[in-house]
Amino acid sequence: MFENLTDRLEGVFKKLRGHGRLTEENIEEAMREVRTALLEADVNLQVVKEFIASVTEKAVGKEVLASLAPGQQVIKVVHEELVALLGSEAEPLRLDGAQPVVIMMAGLQGSGKTTTSAKIARQLKEKGRKPFLVPADVYRPAAIEQLHVLGEQVEVPVFSSSPEQRPVDIARQAVAEAEQNGHDTIIIDTAGRLHVDEQLMGELQEISSAVRLSEVLFVADAMTGQDAVTVADKFNTDLEITGVVLTKMEGDARGGAALSVKKITGKPIKFVGVGESIDALEVFHPDRTASRILGMGDVLSLIEKAEQVVDEKEAKNLAKKIQKNVFTLQDFLEQLQNIKKMGNIEQLMGMVPGINKLKQLQGAPIPTEVEMAKTEAIIQSMTKKERSNYKIINASRRQRIAKGSGTSVQEVNRVLKSYTTMMKMMKKMQGKSVVTKGGKRRKRPKGLRR
Amino acid sequence: MLGWFKKKLSGKKEEAAAEETVETADRVDAGEESAPSSTPGTLVPDEVAPPMKEPAESDEPAEAEEQKKPQRRSMFQRLQKRLGKSRNHFVHRLDNLFRGKKKIDQELLDELEEILITADLGVSTAMDLLDAAKDSVKRQELNDPQALKKVLRDKILSFLQESNQPAELVLPESGPFVIMVVGVNGVGKTTSIGKIAAKFARSGQSVLLIAGDTFRAAAIDQLKIWGERVDVEVVAGPPKSDPSSVVFDGVAKGVAKDYDVVIIDTAGRLHTSVNLMEELKKIKRVIGKNLSTAPHEVMLVVDATTGQNAVSQAKLFNEAVGITGLTLTKLDGTAKGGIVANICHELKIPVRFIGIGEQVDDLRDFDPEEFVDALFSVGEESDSV
Ligand SMILES: Nc1nc2c(ncn2[C@@H]2O[C@H](COP(=O)(O)OP(=O)(O)O)[C@@H](O)[C@H]2O)c(=O)[nH]1
Ligand SMILES: Nc1nc2c(ncn2[C@@H]2O[C@H](COP(=O)(O)OP(=O)(O)O)[C@@H](O)[C@H]2O)c(=O)[nH]1
Ligand SMILES: [Mg+2]
Ligand SMILES: [Mg+2]
Repeated sequence: MFENLTDRLEGVFKKLRGHGRLTEENIEEAMREVRTALLEADVNLQVVKEFIASVTEKAVGKEVLASLAPGQQVIKVVHEELVALLGSEAEPLRLDGAQPVVIMMAGLQGSGKTTTSAKIARQLKEKGRKPFLVPADVYRPAAIEQLHVLGEQVEVPVFSSSPEQRPVDIARQAVAEAEQNGHDTIIIDTAGRLHVDEQLMGELQEISSAVRLSEVLFVADAMTGQDAVTVADKFNTDLEITGVVLTKMEGDARGGAALSVKKITGKPIKFVGVGESIDALEVFHPDRTASRILGMGDVLSLIEKAEQVVDEKEAKNLAKKIQKNVFTLQDFLEQLQNIKKMGNIEQLMGMVPGINKLKQLQGAPIPTEVEMAKTEAIIQSMTKKERSNYKIINASRRQRIAKGSGTSVQEVNRVLKSYTTMMKMMKKMQGKSVVTKGGKRRKRPKGLRR
Repeated sequence: MLGWFKKKLSGKKEEAAAEETVETADRVDAGEESAPSSTPGTLVPDEVAPPMKEPAESDEPAEAEEQKKPQRRSMFQRLQKRLGKSRNHFVHRLDNLFRGKKKIDQELLDELEEILITADLGVSTAMDLLDAAKDSVKRQELNDPQALKKVLRDKILSFLQESNQPAELVLPESGPFVIMVVGVNGVGKTTSIGKIAAKFARSGQSVLLIAGDTFRAAAIDQLKIWGERVDVEVVAGPPKSDPSSVVFDGVAKGVAKDYDVVIIDTAGRLHTSVNLMEELKKIKRVIGKNLSTAPHEVMLVVDATTGQNAVSQAKLFNEAVGITGLTLTKLDGTAKGGIVANICHELKIPVRFIGIGEQVDDLRDFDPEEFVDALFSVGEESDSV
């Protein structure tokens, strides 16, 4: 149940080892596993069908590279095809042409339009543009107020609309005001609406014929299921969307909606939302999303983050220490702090393949933010001597440390245990070049991961 | 009809049943409770309730009109009518599927699987259900597509009815009935609270709302507007303040003033965020400080458009705060919300309400039979629409 797609495919191909080429028959069974994986990731069934057909065609007759097992070979083809479908890397907003340019947000209720409006405004402002936020959601209680609060947070002016106004009038007046005040980018936040609500869809069409829109961004929740296709298709048909934003991507959703929406609309995914805070907006990476949809984790992002914080000299130092067997509790603490620098531990864990399944098991050995913080406090409550020689930490010292860190003796024991386990593992790894050699930092994350 | 909230109403009586065409199982059980008509504090059907203050920003005359009409058709028929084509398209597909068929063949099975997957039941559940149904049909030596359909329907229905939560909650002898509402971001917690509050208020209960979402911009204002709309009181603290302390004060007030019902709004949070889930646990503990039996209901709100991730949401929220009931929102769209069948099955939690719109009246008691029919086949009914 916890195997990922790679393992399952290896299983399928076990009997076929030694074959030089992938044939239609042996690919068929593998494709059933791929189909399941995609459906589990919420890719729309029709999209899955078309995808499988085209990948099967591409994979048949492919030579199995000497370096790869057939399972990996299929994964490679599937992955490449997914990446190609998901589109090009980091498509920017269209901001040229006559100024001010107008961006309109559209989507279902609660997908994240208002939050994303403010996030985009913030990014544009940092790039030196002069954005203007326009609340045109006159239906949801306090929606206008919400954008005002967010505007204040990102220090971007917000048009004063009132719930009595018609959204199209708000849009027109806001454009006039923006021109007067020298704004170059207008972001219109609209009310959430169902694609089947013809009246409200008409309201957006009205806006789009009243003001010249440079971008119509369709904002979709990454957790959306099969219906993503129906919704995106209707918004695209009615409004000619120009791009997609996928929100709430920091969770454990596999995000198959990304593929569904891209496939049905053909429009680029321009941003992903990765949190509630106003800076949690990232450019879209097709390769990472493809891995995630296939349940392979987001190892690339993890490596990139690790590279940002682990500096080379430090890594070499650590390698030496491990070789000499002098990896102390102090070093342990520093490693923890390194991990913390990489960002939110839960977000990091989300990138590790298979971890989401594990998380759902009770008592799985996944450190939480809280545990990490406790571990840090516990080591910080130790004396220098204790940190360099854990063997002297007897019962009474443990009690003192527990008190000092506001934890319990059990928790101090837990930290010492995980430290000694780590020591043992490191000893085992000696000789294998797990830690940096000649500045090749790529290998670091493996060491960090456990 | 607050079917799951009966004890407090006993002595009062229910005539709301007339509203619904199909009786739920637990309503049938409660048959002996039916009493004379109009007594004070009677629970009245939504349609004849005293008119709510019209939401200031409501600008949808057609929609409002339709809600006011007395309607005896089932909720899904109403939905179908409101949604027009898109849902009917699906209906017809199913009709054709079953009408054209004389026997069970691979094509039929494939199409059934497709229907189940498209409804977000999940690929493995769909396959399990079909395998079991096939076996059962074979054992009974049936070769009738309708029989297969019935077996499938009954199985999904059983998933939805597996709850091990009491249908009737044991309410405190004195003090308020406390509901804590939780869920991921943007699913419809605050809106559902507004609607549920209205339902209670209409049945003569005094209701207090607590604005426990101090995080999201203007979330407090949003709840306050709902409070005004449905004419119930709201306890709130300043934005960005500690939600636990707002909740502590609110529950204290609810107990001191002896409200019948206290509903606590919380900030949306992803189930994978350990810190925020810790915060939620703390809120739950704090609720118990002023009333040891509370919260009596921990309600998870799930968005019907959500796919497989909803199971992960339910599991992790359940681990953190022990979910006792579900509300399924946004069923007025084209999503079927099939994933709740998995949640009910795995966690043995009942669905209490469904949300079918943004207005105060757009809340219905969950009816498993109707839900399955809509999910899986609404064939027969569609002709009359
Ligand atoms: N976790 C998470 N929450 C988000 C993200 N984007 C928006 N939200 C939250 O989703 C909820 C709905 O967002 P909002 O902007 O009000 O949605 P709208 O109804 O489409 O305008 C709020 O609680 C937001 O804080 C995201 O990327 N991650
Ligand atoms: N169509 C529809 N929209 C809903 C429903 N319930 C809530 N909403 C909308 O979903 C959005 C988010 O709701 P809100 O209550 O703020 O979600 P919260 O973040 O979970 O508190 C708002 O625009 C609501 O009007 C429903 O049943 N149907
Ligand atoms: Mg909004
Ligand atoms: Mg809310």
